[in-house]
This record gives sequence, structure tokens and C-alpha cells, in this order.
Amino acid sequence: MITVEGINKTFGDNHVLHDITTTFEKGKVNLIIGQSGQGKSVLTKCVVGLHDPDTGSVIYNGRNFTEMDRKEKVSVRKEIGMLFQGSALFDSMTVEDNVMFPLTMFTNMTKKEKLDRVNFCLDRVNLNETNALFPAECSGGMQKRIAIARAISMKPKYLFCDEPNSGLDPKTAIIIDNLIREITYEYDITTVVITHDMNSVIEIGDTILFIHNGRNWWEGDRTSIIKTDNPEILDFVYASDFMKEIRASMRASRS
Amino acid sequence: MKKNTLNLAVVLIILRNIGKYMIMLRIVFSRPEKWSVFRVRLFEEIQRIGINSIPIVGVMSVFMGGVIALQTASNMDSPLLPEYTIGFITRSSTILEFSPTIMSLILAGKVGSNVASEIGTMKTTEQIDALEIMGVNSLTHLVLPKILGSVFFFPVLIIFSIGLSLVGGWLSLVMSGLASTETYILGIRSWFEFGDIVYALTKGVVFAFLIVSIASFYGYYSKGGAIDVGKSATKAVVTSSIAILIANFFLTQMILL
Repeated sequence: MITVEGINKTFGDNHVLHDITTTFEKGKVNLIIGQSGQGKSVLTKCVVGLHDPDTGSVIYNGRNFTEMDRKEKVSVRKEIGMLFQGSALFDSMTVEDNVMFPLTMFTNMTKKEKLDRVNFCLDRVNLNETNALFPAECSGGMQKRIAIARAISMKPKYLFCDEPNSGLDPKTAIIIDNLIREITYEYDITTVVITHDMNSVIEIGDTILFIHNGRNWWEGDRTSIIKTDNPEILDFVYASDFMKEIRASMRASRS
Repeated sequence: MKKNTLNLAVVLIILRNIGKYMIMLRIVFSRPEKWSVFRVRLFEEIQRIGINSIPIVGVMSVFMGGVIALQTASNMDSPLLPEYTIGFITRSSTILEFSPTIMSLILAGKVGSNVASEIGTMKTTEQIDALEIMGVNSLTHLVLPKILGSVFFFPVLIIFSIGLSLVGGWLSLVMSGLASTETYILGIRSWFEFGDIVYALTKGVVFAFLIVSIASFYGYYSKGGAIDVGKSATKAVVTSSIAILIANFFLTQMILL
């Protein structure tokens, strides 16, 4: 479980995060949603330590991450896997070397043990026999799955995914969503996903945090987000005219 | 008044960058996460920065050595100057200035832009964030092998450059008939001081450090996209070239005078 308490973050005069408090639960897919520029990525970067919050704290299973020195933070980071928006695979390395990299850096496994683990992770994301390819030779969906394989190679306790579906077609996006959900339940990890994709919200959102103007605007789950009357959420969920029409017809049929 | 404010802002930016550069260096020279990985990275960088620079250093050195020898010969109008002076001047120019300084300026373009764009691209594509999230000190992992690789290998390149420049000078003189092999070799051996080689190699080590650390600095702190990475590479080359010229002045003051 990850607890976020009263996080504030400013960049110059721009106050991006206002006193955000929330909890990301273990064994669940926790979504952070909201429009672009509302502070979702900044919040996530504060949680994983890529940004230092101005005030507030991030607590990983009772350990206050914000008060740790670099060495202590490194020990927590070894428990974190992260899937970046652009996959962030090392383009000078093959798929195998990418997935093997954390194992080489932080374990004393033999070459065979590492290779077995890499093959297991690649098999888990349905990408066996891609070991020798370079990231540039893989499609966007494959790159995301390789990044997931790399993120789970160290058996993380926490998985962060920054817009895992961006740039993917709807079918591949669903495959990635399902993979994230399966991995979360299978390994009983705390997963935090930033997304704009309403499909993802409905499909995998066990808990949902809606960020608006850098504030914790609303929290709930996939059932309650459909029923809410919060105008900002309605504006986000039913953004297109088509969705607005669907909502109106749903309401009409209900009444 | 407005001009003074502008000047002050420029000075503050320079001071802030120097401060950031120093902080970066302090982090770079931390203990690597794993020595076996570091050793592999070091040899990779020696290959990329050093060995891959051998062809350009070779070609430049032969032709520059040839030009130095020809220009010296063409300016030797006085009959009082012995012919072996051509070899002496070619050797001195090559060891003292051409091989360590001019070659480093050329390498600032090749190596500096390469390092800045490589690290800058890694930054903008979040590969550096990925390293940090894994718990890897990205500066030590990426930059330290580059700095050490170049500091170890630049002296080798300089010795190689000195040798090929002297060969280039000899070839140009013999082929043009301006001096004989014997007098050229006599000139090269005249008043030779080993301290000159030490001076050249010291400059090479300092310049290697400046080129790679400055390029890494601009790459690591790149923001934005491809255009910004390009700008960082340009700044890296310009700044490291200026740093080389300034360091050259002070090293000459300290070592030769």
C-alpha cells in the first residue's frame, strides 16, 4: 500500500499540486485520471521520487519515502517497476538485455538463471522469441509489453504505468490493460496507472482518483464514476457530443 | 540600466550552470552500482569515444603534419637557417600545440556532439528516468565510464597523432623535394625534451575530461524534444571548445613558463 499525505508541488510560480492526499491499495489497479496538464504525471513522479514534493509525504508500507536519503530510496526503488509513456527501453540493447538489465545490476544470479527469468517474463507478456530484436524493430504494443516484462523482472511490489495505452490501437490497448490487471492480481502488487482512456477506467479501475486543477477532486471506483453527478467528472467522461447523447438517452430511458 | 541588468542575468546564468556542473561531477564520481557492469561500460566507451576516433585523428594528423612541414619549408628564406630547422619546427608545433590542442578541438566536435546527443536523447525519451526508477545512479552509470574512457584513451590518441603528423611532414618534404630524410630526422631529434611530451599528454587528459564532462552536462540537462537535443549538442561543442582554449592558456602558463 502507498499512502500520499498532503503533497504540494510548485514549479516557479506554477502551483501544480495542491495538498493531495490519497491511498493506493495493494492488490488493486489504482487509476489516476484527469485532463492533460492537471498534475497526474507530476503526482506520480513525486510518488516515485523523480520529483521532490515541496511539502507532504509518500509512505510505502509504513516507510516514509520522502524523508529517506538516497541510499534508502534506492532500496525502495528496487521494489518499484515502472512502465513509461514512451516505453523508455534502452535502444542500444536487445530486448533480452533490456529485460535482463535490472537483474544484472542488482542480483547475483548466474547467466542461466537470468536468462530463465527473462524468458519467463517475456513469455508472460506473450513475447517469446523476441530476445534478439532491438526496440526499434518492435511495434508500439510490443515495446509496451517489453517494458512491462522489464518492470516485472525484479518481482516488484509496486507497479507504476504512465499512460500505458497512449499511441496504441483500441485492441492492443485492451491487451495491455488486461496484462496490467492480470499481473496486479497474480503477484498481489500495488499498481498505479495514469490514464486518459475511458475504456481502461471502466475495464481495470479498481480505485479511481480524479485530479482536477492539481487537487484530489474525486475518488471512487468504476461503478461510482458512471453514476456520479460531479460536473467536472461528467465533463471528462462524457467529453464528446456522441457520449453526451448516449448519457442523455440513458437518462431518458431511466426516467 | 537595461544593458547592466542583461549582463547581470547572463553572469547569473553562467554561475548557476557552473554550480550545476560541479554538483553533477560530485554525483558522477560516486561508487558504481556494480563493478562488473562498470568494467563492461568502460570498455564500451573506450571503443566508442577512443578507438572509433582513430580514423579521423589519423587522417587529420597526416595532412596537418604535411602542411606544417611545407609551410615551414616555404618560409625558410634565410640561408643562415639550417635545413634541419624544418624538422625541428614541425616536431615542436606538433607536440606542443597541434596534436594535443587542435586535435582536441576537432574531437570536441566529434565526441562532444555524440555524447551530448546520446545522453540528451536518453533524457528526453525517459531512459534516464527509467534508470533512476530502477535505483541506478544514472550519472555514474552513464557519464563516469565516458569520462574515464576518454581520459585513458586521449593520451593514446595524442601519441598516435604526434607520430602520424611527423610521418605526414616527412612524406610531404620528401615528395616535394624540399628536404632530405636525413636532415628532417636530424631536426626532429634536435633539442628534444621529454617534458614536452608530458606537457602534451597532460593537456590531452585535461581536454578529454573537459570535452566529455561538459557534453554530458548539456546532454543530461536537456529538456524538450529533438530540437532541444540538437541545441544541447551545439552548446556542448561551443562550450567545450572555449573551455579547451582557456585551459590551454593556463596549462601553458603553469607547465611551460
